[in-house]
Amino acid sequence: MVTVEFASSLRRHVDCPAQQVAPGSLRDVLRAALQAAPALSHYVLDDQGCVRKHVAVFVNRGLVHDRQRQAQQVHDGDQVLVAQALTGG
Amino acid sequence: MHTLLVASRKGLFVVQGRGTQWQIKSHHFAGDPVTQVLADPRDGAWYAALRMGHFGVKMRKSTDQGAHWAEVASPAFPAKPASGPLAADPTPWSVDMVWSLTPADPQRPGSLWAGCMPAGLFHSDDGGQHWTLNRPLWEEPRRLEWMGGGNDHPGMHSVLVDPRDPRHVRVAISCGGVWATRDGGQTWALSAHGMRADYLPAESVDDENTQDPHRMVQCAAHPDVLWVQHHCGIYRSVDGAAHWDALAAPLPSGFGFAVACDPVDPQRAWFVPAQADIQRYPVDGRMVVNRTTDGGATFQTCSEGLPQRDAYHLVYRHALELAPDRQTLAMASTTGGLWISPDGAQHWHCVSRDLPPVAAIGWVP
Repeated sequence: MVTVEFASSLRRHVDCPAQQVAPGSLRDVLRAALQAAPALSHYVLDDQGCVRKHVAVFVNRGLVHDRQRQAQQVHDGDQVLVAQALTGG
Repeated sequence: MHTLLVASRKGLFVVQGRGTQWQIKSHHFAGDPVTQVLADPRDGAWYAALRMGHFGVKMRKSTDQGAHWAEVASPAFPAKPASGPLAADPTPWSVDMVWSLTPADPQRPGSLWAGCMPAGLFHSDDGGQHWTLNRPLWEEPRRLEWMGGGNDHPGMHSVLVDPRDPRHVRVAISCGGVWATRDGGQTWALSAHGMRADYLPAESVDDENTQDPHRMVQCAAHPDVLWVQHHCGIYRSVDGAAHWDALAAPLPSGFGFAVACDPVDPQRAWFVPAQADIQRYPVDGRMVVNRTTDGGATFQTCSEGLPQRDAYHLVYRHALELAPDRQTLAMASTTGGLWISPDGAQHWHCVSRDLPPVAAIGWVP
């Protein structure tokens, strides 16, 4: 199984504990995890289903750059973290 | 007692008072940018549009005068087609900001229009629980000629519903001119004849489709009278936006972003001048408000109570509003200033100079 965690900066808006989902493409993994908190989806993904510009997704601490297709394969035992990417003034 | 909603970069403030006595009563969505507010006169609901830099546009609604807020749906574009004329549309089909909110039909509480950036127009029938993109305007081929004009993408900042007929709606876009529908949004026509974009090549100066109205308002009692603060000056229409007349630039400047007008007297309006598009701050560091009571033939420059030295306050397009009493006028700035006049701009009282940058204000009816 894959562990998907949402950082506290996201969970302050919509709570969602860490999710255990089946391996697959990052796209499938994120959507499976977001089923537990559908209201969180549009905090993470924009209107076209792309990862928002200032949201960072890490797979095993590696930053994912493919925001649009999210095609990276996520394997059994992998850890996915979804967090905000930047701070601002 | 008046109540003013102040949408700022660090949340929503509720300000109450009268005359020269004003207080910040509460602060909501602390730390989150709020781009627009609406206190709905039909059912008393308050709406706030947030623009979370990381997490996108979010909408909040209160049905108890701000005591509690709930998240409602945000306007969102449908899936962008992979084929056809819009497949190559360079505009991102993702709402970046809600820039205008207005009741859609006085007889149907919960019906709303939202103008956004990118410049999509959205409609809700149920108080924001669901939103639908107005496709006829979004799919209008001439939309692809609109420009961002300072922002990355065109934005719809003004949505005006004719009080006589809710199917008659006029919208203004920076930079996409003025468009009007008389059938509730099924068909649209350009309505910016007379506007001039002086900064464009000669052959494009009169192009209605690429004009940059900064803000458009209408006289509710005389809805054929509209005012526009345009990038290149001030315009007024007396025929329902069919034609626009350029007004002679008042001193100290005809440039600015905001305009407010009287809902009853079609001759009365206010503007907050800035020096120029390349110098977006008060002329000579003196903050003033221009008022006309004769339809723009002449203006009075009002400054009593406003900073007159080294003042660099800019009032954005939604940050000048007249209260329902038609005398109390509020304006707020990108520098966190909030000033209120009890007498139509003749005298001003500074409520605060310490707020976050203010995007919009709205009076509670």
